[in-house]
Amino acid sequence: MTVDSVKRAAETPDERQPYTELGMKDDEYQRVREILGRRPTSSELAIYSVMWSEHCSYKSSKVHLRQFGTKAPKSEALLVGMGENAGVVDIGDGWAATFKIESHNHPSYVEPHQGAATGVGGIVRDIMSMGARPVAVMDALRFGGATQSDTRRVLPGVVDGISHYGNCLGLPNIGGEVAFDPCYIGNPLVNALCVGLLRKDQIKLATAPGPGNKVVLFGARTGADGIGGASVLASATFEDESQAKRPAVQVGDPFMEKLLIECCLELYQADVVVGIQDLGAAGVSCATTELAAKGTGGMHVDLNLVPLRDPSLRPEEILMSESQERMMAVVTPGDIDAFMRICEKWDVPATVIGEVTDTGRLVMTWDGETIVDIPPGTAADDGPVYERPFHEPAGQAALNGDGPERLPRSSDLRETLLTLLGSPNLASKEWVTSQYDRYVRGNTVLAQPADAGMLRISEVMPGAEETTRGIALSTDGNGRYAKLDPYAGAQLALAEAYRNVAVTGAKPLAVTNCLNFGSPEDPEVMWQFAEATRGLADACQILGVPVTGGNVSFYNQTGSDAIHPTPVVGVLGVIDDVSRRVRSGFTASGLRVALLGETHEEFGGSEWAHVVHGHLGGLPPRANLDAERGLASVLVAAAAEGLIEGSHDLSDGGLAIALAESCIAQGVGASVSLPVEDAFVALFSETAARALVCVRPEAFDALAELCGRHDVPCYGLGTTGGTSLVVEDAFEIPVGDLREVHSGALPAIFG
Amino acid sequence: MSAARVGVVTFPGTLDDQDAARAVRLAGAEAVPLWHADRDLKGVDAVFLPGGFSYGDYLRCGAISRFAPLMDALVPAARDGLPVLGTCNGFQILCEAHLLPGALTRNQGLHYVCRDQRVRVENAGTAWTAEYEAGQEIVLPVKHGEGRFVADAHTLEALEGEGRVVFRYLGGNPNGSLNEIAGITNEAGNVVGLMPHPEHAVEELTGAPSVDGRGFFTSILKKLVNA
Repeated sequence: MTVDSVKRAAETPDERQPYTELGMKDDEYQRVREILGRRPTSSELAIYSVMWSEHCSYKSSKVHLRQFGTKAPKSEALLVGMGENAGVVDIGDGWAATFKIESHNHPSYVEPHQGAATGVGGIVRDIMSMGARPVAVMDALRFGGATQSDTRRVLPGVVDGISHYGNCLGLPNIGGEVAFDPCYIGNPLVNALCVGLLRKDQIKLATAPGPGNKVVLFGARTGADGIGGASVLASATFEDESQAKRPAVQVGDPFMEKLLIECCLELYQADVVVGIQDLGAAGVSCATTELAAKGTGGMHVDLNLVPLRDPSLRPEEILMSESQERMMAVVTPGDIDAFMRICEKWDVPATVIGEVTDTGRLVMTWDGETIVDIPPGTAADDGPVYERPFHEPAGQAALNGDGPERLPRSSDLRETLLTLLGSPNLASKEWVTSQYDRYVRGNTVLAQPADAGMLRISEVMPGAEETTRGIALSTDGNGRYAKLDPYAGAQLALAEAYRNVAVTGAKPLAVTNCLNFGSPEDPEVMWQFAEATRGLADACQILGVPVTGGNVSFYNQTGSDAIHPTPVVGVLGVIDDVSRRVRSGFTASGLRVALLGETHEEFGGSEWAHVVHGHLGGLPPRANLDAERGLASVLVAAAAEGLIEGSHDLSDGGLAIALAESCIAQGVGASVSLPVEDAFVALFSETAARALVCVRPEAFDALAELCGRHDVPCYGLGTTGGTSLVVEDAFEIPVGDLREVHSGALPAIFG
Repeated sequence: MSAARVGVVTFPGTLDDQDAARAVRLAGAEAVPLWHADRDLKGVDAVFLPGGFSYGDYLRCGAISRFAPLMDALVPAARDGLPVLGTCNGFQILCEAHLLPGALTRNQGLHYVCRDQRVRVENAGTAWTAEYEAGQEIVLPVKHGEGRFVADAHTLEALEGEGRVVFRYLGGNPNGSLNEIAGITNEAGNVVGLMPHPEHAVEELTGAPSVDGRGFFTSILKKLVNA
């Protein structure tokens, strides 16, 4: 079989190349020809097509994402910002945390189990490549309507995939979200987050410096999985051919990933790694170009040396393969033996496939012929950048004008509460989360259904010095809010994740995001994206939490039907003394219940409008970031002083749902009055910047005083105790009934 | 008096070894790491086979681990009376190695289940349960996809008749185990296997909302110190 070498490419300048099929536009192909001064070889075309795909190059989003840098608040905690595999923040006592959320939406629609499983695997390797031990995962999931038939195919498969991969890998799953809306029926969202811990002075970067250093490919052997996945699957809209694309979804082996984790940690400990990069989308293409571009600038690779699972693979396929559980490291010649010995101990295959050079060129050979000879930066960093046109959607004003004020409000508050509590978005997610191991490694302090997951740090790595600190993490997003106002919607997603972290007693520190949108080629979708990124960047600045990294997922649309714009935001926080963490809900009888924050009449995009009226219109609740900041200050200080016995944030479904969930948490009832006159507004409005806390009666004055200092309104609502939720002048519902409605909903649908 | 030494085994794919070692240490014993590829028990006084997915659970849970070099040393030592505890994947390995009878199969509900489970201590006479009382109800987390205990009628009868059922599930069988069996012991009472995880129920701050797992480790410590 002829190899399309550089020599041959120069001799056959007019040969037609399938760049369109690989997702490249005419002008992009022309640019490659200009860069190289000839037509690319088929292997070079493979590299440029994947590296310049939307998924790898962020070509449509880059101009907007820059705001996360230019508007970034000053933060001494930020050690590694955007652009690396994941951001790293200083969490004190010599420790650092690295975390990131990433989408695996398209593969999870085509093959739910493998799509979701490899989503977990990919984000875990990103975290490993920073030099960290991965310590927990969480997943933010969006599906079509809960009772729609395709949801019954996709959801169990996705949950099973996450369960299988994450459990076998030995990482606790400590939180996340599950939400349903018919807009996701053809485009479910599977966003996977991983967090890792490392010593501050042990950060690793994706770089290949030092001519003569060896390039080692280690982990699983390369097969025909996911070939073209990056450009074909992740960057193109689904039409009817998704069946034909099945082979493009990768298949994961969590056992190999577990070995890879332990192997990498031992390699780091032995200090035998100069630079490291995981192989994700675009596999060897991405790892070699990125490592080379960030290092001395050159690399020579003999592709014949790549260990194959399928010996018939062609070089182009090897370059594009997305086989899972692979890493690439740069190792000095003196350390190579030690490196290999550690890999052998963990039964991890490792092969030297090339070395670092100072030529400024990435050169690859196959059967002795040069098939790639490019400046690596042109593929890794200098991809196309688009200023896509955008404008407000035609129907936006009408949508905002159709407010929820006209919707009839039932006078039966009890029934309204139970209807909401048993609706798929608000019901217990135990059907999902009980399939995840939340205990493994023994450092889980809080996990679902707590508002945020929390981990103890000191026992993470045996031998590391003691610390009392812990980290907390939460993700949030609300597509309906963002549909009504993408600017505010993104801010509200951040505000809730920030609040979720604060109610546990942790101080919010840094942000990651996964921006899920329709096609960037649609100016109305692009407007949503531009507004959401602007809103998020502004909010991060006000709240003082920098974006450390994240991921953009475009093309979540089928035909002209895009999903609701869905920015999902993850917030990482730190608690100085993890034993002071605040547990969820009403933790004992005889405690005073207080509502922190002001309540306004805000029903646009609410769960009530959605569940009871199937209505979406008007404006979302106001994102009051100053109030959020004050509330978080109170919650963090109160936890540190040991004032709070239990807490829960107010979000979807308002005070009513927060009260019900707080009772269900430990089976403790409560008797409360309402903070504002209109009982319906008091119970179901979704005003942001509010939280419910319970305190010992003697601590109430201290809490009120603390709230006063931060301008946070504090209303004493009543007392915990009894076996019912009693709302004065409204209703009394036994906690057992609440629990039954709450926990019965998803099993009734999914079995 | 030197501290009792409890070996904690790591196979490729073992996940709960760190938790197991911590539980041993919290009880006041020394946790000694044992590596699957070594034939050496390092002179430990007892062995803990923790949970996980050893060898990816390929072929059958525990089926490959059974042939690990370490097991060549462990199996005869256990037959000679060395106290051995296997939880979850460790229980599966003990069954595959024929140190315990029966087998663990796919959960009846076909899903992996992670939950805080009530169990009853049926036998407080083993090396690992002496600090409990027979009939005592405790809470331990379960987290597994293949924990349904099965055995032929004759074996079941023997287990029940000889009091070798050590733990039974209460308040709902998480996996469809026969006779609600959560854990069993061998004839001598030195080898105990169970699906629930005592090592995840030893601290107030972390793990399950229960510290009922501590009794396993205080039991073995007391036995070793008094031996």
